[in-house]
Amino acid sequence: MFIIHCPYCGEREQSEFKAGGEAHISRPKQPSELSDDQWAEYLFMRKNIKGVQYERWVHTHGCRKWFNIIRDTSNDQIQAVYKMGEKPPIK
Amino acid sequence: MTKNLRVKTSKFIDETYKVSFKFNGKTYYGFKGDTLASALLANDIHLVARSFKYHRPRGIMTAGSEEPNAIVQLHKNTSRTEPNVRATEIEIYDGLEASSQNCWPSVNFDIGGINNFLSPVLPAGFYYKTFMWPASFWEKYEYFIRKSAGLGKSPSTPDPDIYEHRYIHCDVLIIGAGISGVMAAKVAAKNGFKTLLIEEKNYLGGETIYQDSEHFKINNQTSGSWLDKEINEIKKIKNLEIKTRTSVAAFHGYNFLLARENLTDHLPIEQRNGKTRQRLLKIRAKKVITATGSLERPLIFDNNDRPGILLSSAINKYASLFGVACGEKNILFTNNDSAYETAANLFKKGISIEAIIDNREEIDSKLIKESEKNNIKIYKGYTIVDTYGYKRINKISIMQLSKDGQKVVGSKILIPCDCLGISGGWTPSVHLFTQSGGKLKFRDNDQVFIPNTYPSDQISIGSCNGDFTLDEILSNISKTLKEFLGINKTGYENLEVQTSFNKSKRNIWLLPSDKIVGKTKSFVDFQNDATAKDIKLALREGFRSIEHVKRYTTTGMGTDQGKLGNMHALGIISEISGSKMGELGTTTFRPPYTPLTFGTIVGRNVGEYFDVYRKTPMHDWHVKNKAKFENVGQWKRAWYYPKNNESMHDAVQRESKAARDSAGILDASTLGKIDIQGTDASEFLNRVYTNAWSKLDIGKCRYGLMLNEDGMVYDDGVTTRLNENHYIMTTTTGGAATVLGKLEDYLQTEWPELDVYLTSVTDHYATISVCGPKSKKIISQVIPNLDLSDDNFPHMSFKDTKINEIKCRVMRISFTGEQSYEINVQANYGKSVWEKCMKAGKEFNITPYGTETMHLLRAEKGFIIVGQDTDATMTPIDLQMNWIVSKKKYDFIGKRSLYRSDTMRDDRKQLVGLLTENPDEILEEGAQIVANFNKSPVEMLGHVTSSYYSPNLKKSIALGFVRGGKNMMGQKLIIPMENKKINVTVADPVFLDKENKRLNA
Amino acid sequence: MKNKYSIFSLVKNAFSYHENWEKAWKDPEPKKEYEAIIIGGGGHGLATAYYLAKKHNIKNIAVVEKGWIGGGNTGRNTTIIRSNYLWDASAGLYDHALKIWEGLSQELNYNVMFSQRGVMNLAHNLQDVRDLKRRTHANRLNGIDAVYLNTEEVKKFCPIINTSPDIRYPVLGGTLQKRAGTARHDAVAWGYARGADEMGVDIIQNCEVKGIKRNGNNLEGIETTKGFIKTKKVGVVAAGHSSVIANMAGLRLPLESKPLQALVSEPVKPVIDTVVMSNAVHAYVSQSDKGELVIGAGTDDYVSYSQKGSHDIVEGTLNAILELYPIFSRMRMLRQWGGIVDICPDASPIISKTSIKGLYFNCGWGTGGFKATPGSGDLFAHTIANDEPHKLNAAFNLNRFVSGDLVDEHGAAAVAH
Repeated sequence: MFIIHCPYCGEREQSEFKAGGEAHISRPKQPSELSDDQWAEYLFMRKNIKGVQYERWVHTHGCRKWFNIIRDTSNDQIQAVYKMGEKPPIK
Repeated sequence: MTKNLRVKTSKFIDETYKVSFKFNGKTYYGFKGDTLASALLANDIHLVARSFKYHRPRGIMTAGSEEPNAIVQLHKNTSRTEPNVRATEIEIYDGLEASSQNCWPSVNFDIGGINNFLSPVLPAGFYYKTFMWPASFWEKYEYFIRKSAGLGKSPSTPDPDIYEHRYIHCDVLIIGAGISGVMAAKVAAKNGFKTLLIEEKNYLGGETIYQDSEHFKINNQTSGSWLDKEINEIKKIKNLEIKTRTSVAAFHGYNFLLARENLTDHLPIEQRNGKTRQRLLKIRAKKVITATGSLERPLIFDNNDRPGILLSSAINKYASLFGVACGEKNILFTNNDSAYETAANLFKKGISIEAIIDNREEIDSKLIKESEKNNIKIYKGYTIVDTYGYKRINKISIMQLSKDGQKVVGSKILIPCDCLGISGGWTPSVHLFTQSGGKLKFRDNDQVFIPNTYPSDQISIGSCNGDFTLDEILSNISKTLKEFLGINKTGYENLEVQTSFNKSKRNIWLLPSDKIVGKTKSFVDFQNDATAKDIKLALREGFRSIEHVKRYTTTGMGTDQGKLGNMHALGIISEISGSKMGELGTTTFRPPYTPLTFGTIVGRNVGEYFDVYRKTPMHDWHVKNKAKFENVGQWKRAWYYPKNNESMHDAVQRESKAARDSAGILDASTLGKIDIQGTDASEFLNRVYTNAWSKLDIGKCRYGLMLNEDGMVYDDGVTTRLNENHYIMTTTTGGAATVLGKLEDYLQTEWPELDVYLTSVTDHYATISVCGPKSKKIISQVIPNLDLSDDNFPHMSFKDTKINEIKCRVMRISFTGEQSYEINVQANYGKSVWEKCMKAGKEFNITPYGTETMHLLRAEKGFIIVGQDTDATMTPIDLQMNWIVSKKKYDFIGKRSLYRSDTMRDDRKQLVGLLTENPDEILEEGAQIVANFNKSPVEMLGHVTSSYYSPNLKKSIALGFVRGGKNMMGQKLIIPMENKKINVTVADPVFLDKENKRLNA
Repeated sequence: MKNKYSIFSLVKNAFSYHENWEKAWKDPEPKKEYEAIIIGGGGHGLATAYYLAKKHNIKNIAVVEKGWIGGGNTGRNTTIIRSNYLWDASAGLYDHALKIWEGLSQELNYNVMFSQRGVMNLAHNLQDVRDLKRRTHANRLNGIDAVYLNTEEVKKFCPIINTSPDIRYPVLGGTLQKRAGTARHDAVAWGYARGADEMGVDIIQNCEVKGIKRNGNNLEGIETTKGFIKTKKVGVVAAGHSSVIANMAGLRLPLESKPLQALVSEPVKPVIDTVVMSNAVHAYVSQSDKGELVIGAGTDDYVSYSQKGSHDIVEGTLNAILELYPIFSRMRMLRQWGGIVDICPDASPIISKTSIKGLYFNCGWGTGGFKATPGSGDLFAHTIANDEPHKLNAAFNLNRFVSGDLVDEHGAAAVAH
């Protein structure tokens, strides 16, 4: 089980958090102008990266804030944490 | 007559405290401090168990948790019985009862022993090749296979013991309190680190503590007595917590470890009641020092499994620590110097050693010289080729090894014995290290895997890191600890160490025999009876990977998880396949290190603590009034209130009728309530619900439907506008938490520009819903100063008011189709307001009703229940709720998905009402709906989601989904049950009061 | 068949000390070109190769496997086999598989120990009851043997279940599919490998795919750690790693790969003779022929390829096990492990063509793919050979995520074990 550094609360047990999948997939501003294919791309298609992934987590049993994590999915090592709307601190 | 093999006293055994115990029904005696194994050996008992496959007689092989053979059932036929317990780990206590397993009728005479004679046709994986004919017979074969497999017996009654969890956060965790662990603990703690030292055994000091020999000295004291002083010192350090009888089970990522602390297993049964049996320690350590030591390797030769064959180090330990001789005519067989340490100690205790077989030719060390001086016959360059004696070893035959060690030469020599100690060198215990994600490297010169790269802030020290001799351990420890802990001094910089141990070793994984391999039984995995020839067979059949060989031969899959034999399996594969050991890799070491009791993992989360009960403020009233309850999520909801042994059907009919004829009262507190505030609250609702919200007047309520982004109905409920920028949303009972989570997600991540704040207030309010034609009269008595006229307080509006001094919010909303008032009060007033309503409603026969009646009443009105009538595959269009889907709004969650080619199809399943031909026939919820039986399999058009007998309509009604149903009004369909077909007609899902007259009646 | 396995061959070989058994499969180096290549040497991949060779007369086939065959989810699952699915498409798919299971040992001449000891699914709340009844009715009409049991019948079929009405989530009923059961997972991979090898399929282990080479929309071959291999047809059956392979071909899939854990107890004499699944409290248990209780835990909610999951998941699972089987409190966990499961948004698999000609994917089996192994292989082989899906896997196409015609099994079983 990881230790996650919530950007609002500090280091906490993973069990306080929930994962929310791949980060930086913005909801299209004008969904009605998208084709079914494009909409499906937003809705379902995922990079599902093996390696360094940008992902969303929420501190469910804490401040209830969403934020982003950069994590290597091949070994679960968390490399950075940053708030929603912020630029990833590492590329 | 049993013999007494107790030799000189040992300070670890309390000879003044005699302990009586039973083994296989017979009473024996041992001393306090004995393990079951040492006590049995002291009574000259070696035959303890039968092996898994061949039912071969087996004895005690080790003195620790790596024991493959001597596993027993404790206290059989009692509620505290436990299968597969290692005799080497059980501390004896008065009244202990142990019995052999996997044998019938007894361990002495076991019918299953016939398997040993059938073994030629039972090679590795034989079951994959047979039992296939006739095809239908596998179940019969399997019955016998299952019966003969398994070891001990599962308990058959619930566990009387209790377990618990404890969280520990420490700076430094040290696993293992051998000499390395003790030294590390002292250094860490003295340097101010909050330190935790964990030891599997009930004493500190590991193998060194009983090392009492001129050959091993530290600062001119014997290593044992030096260490003893260190231990006494660390026991006094305040910031060091020491846990014995505690075994680290798992080492997970981020330095999260699980350890099992044994609290009562060493106590007589009658002293255990009310005490916690085991405690699971959940440890987060900033730094971990692994000092788990090493395990002695066996040697692999023909018939190396007989009772009386032990690891040489175990014989040493039984003699030195427990004061027990394992035999009267001992032989040691070795490929390294360790056996000579055993020999020296046995000699000192007066235990006779017949011979030492050493497969090395040229050997020379002080230890060996001492054995020679003691007139022990040493056969250099020899190997054992066979052993004899069915239930106890009685002799061995040895032959000389060829120069290359690949075969045997010369003639056989037979030597009688009653105990054989084998020593194949040492294997670092890297199990926990690799569990944590650590990578190993192979050290060729002594053929061991040692830690290479660490995935977290941790280090391995001592023999688990490949430092096997006292001087290596002591010279490395100071430097390692300084670096790891970031300190300048350890205090161990200038130790004077003397050791006579020579590191030479002749490693031959499979010792040669004068027989062909196919005729031998050289056990690699003792418990599972996997032999060298099995491994060879696997390789011959194309199983190359170590994991394949493991699975095909079951090597390493016993309860000992191959702690002894896995290295030899690898070695044999390497020798045959010509691959290098380092390249073969190892099998994965999986947690736990030693088996971990389910109860310990579960702790207190059993029985009533399995999951929380959520109860409404009126719960006690419901209980007092004999309500039956339904689990809805974690909530306990009143389901129905049977009167005088009423059946559920009768109760629900009565409740439903009362609600429509006069008045009903429902506890609706479990519905989710979310407080929504902010200048963009209306816009937010516009985006999350399918319908429009901007124009909702303050003081009014509106029903909303929420979709998933994939267009499917997700939740519903009434939302009330309290103020310009303030709403309160209700959700389904089960959906409350996920809805809030989803709304927060959108708000924070997609629409951070919106000024909206969400707060869950579900538990803040008690909600009492009073419905029925008399509801207005009742409410007017409960809240006399509230103007209930339809003009002032119309349907779908709310009023803030007071009941005496208690603030309350009354909403005029209805899920039953009746005129209905919902009183929300601060939760702790819930029960008193409820009782007030009951009192006021008494003259109108106010009837409490539960969820079942609520479901019936709303079904009469064709209202859906999300989760019962929907299953995440229904759009609002499918529900024939087009009216609630705004055409004007540019976007809302799920809108785009409604316009995909398959979600727009007309022939989707749509919500309809269903009426049975026979009005008394009630459909089964979940029953399927068909039009005909023309196709095979039958084409199913949909299913029944809700079905009731309506006392108000005096007929059976049902809701269901039917493919293309919205265009099938009046059509006849069939519900095919197992034993009959029920004719139904498709109808409007609103069965009662389509004009909504009753709302204002 | 070479070296046919039987009790007679065992006895015969006993006389030569088992020195003369042939390799179950060879270990060839890859050829320059194959007619079809299957990426992934798990049960599904090996079965695909087997049926391609057997039923579609394609002989020049390779299966490339990064590690050792059967070492992924095939060797890590809890081996539950059943076909009592809700939707017609799923029922068709899984029952097709179940029918093949019923004769698989004989067909492969390899005892996969398919044991039809029955699978029970328990209901713990009123909605569970509705859902299970709905499923049972659908099963019956689809010709799948499944019956609904009340609490007493549940207790009768599996006496060690705690059916007391006083527990937190009492057992309100359940379903039983008697034809369902378990099989020996390793044997499935090995049996198919042996069968495929016999028909000339090259099973190439320790061969990792590094790239998919294509010219526009046409496939040219695959780059591997053993060099470039030319081919016009590639079937990807890489489970948790499907997205990794898809990425090489420039595709994205509707998948997330998550940790799934399982555990076994120490072996004991027979104590539970069926498979019991409980979605609501999340407990799945059966007992292997060796005597170990085999317990399936749940998935974590994050993407991971580490083959490790959270302890919380294991703890939660055992909480549920002790709730339903209090007698197991003193039993001990012997081994726990994790796998990587590729999960589709609708909890149903993908057996489909892709936008690239000659590239096919068989993935998204989530937590319940083992049971489908023979059917999945058969239908995927059909799809690859004909460049068209079989009618039984037509619904499991990739386009459903675009058109919205999902096969959503969540409704019936939150977890599709």
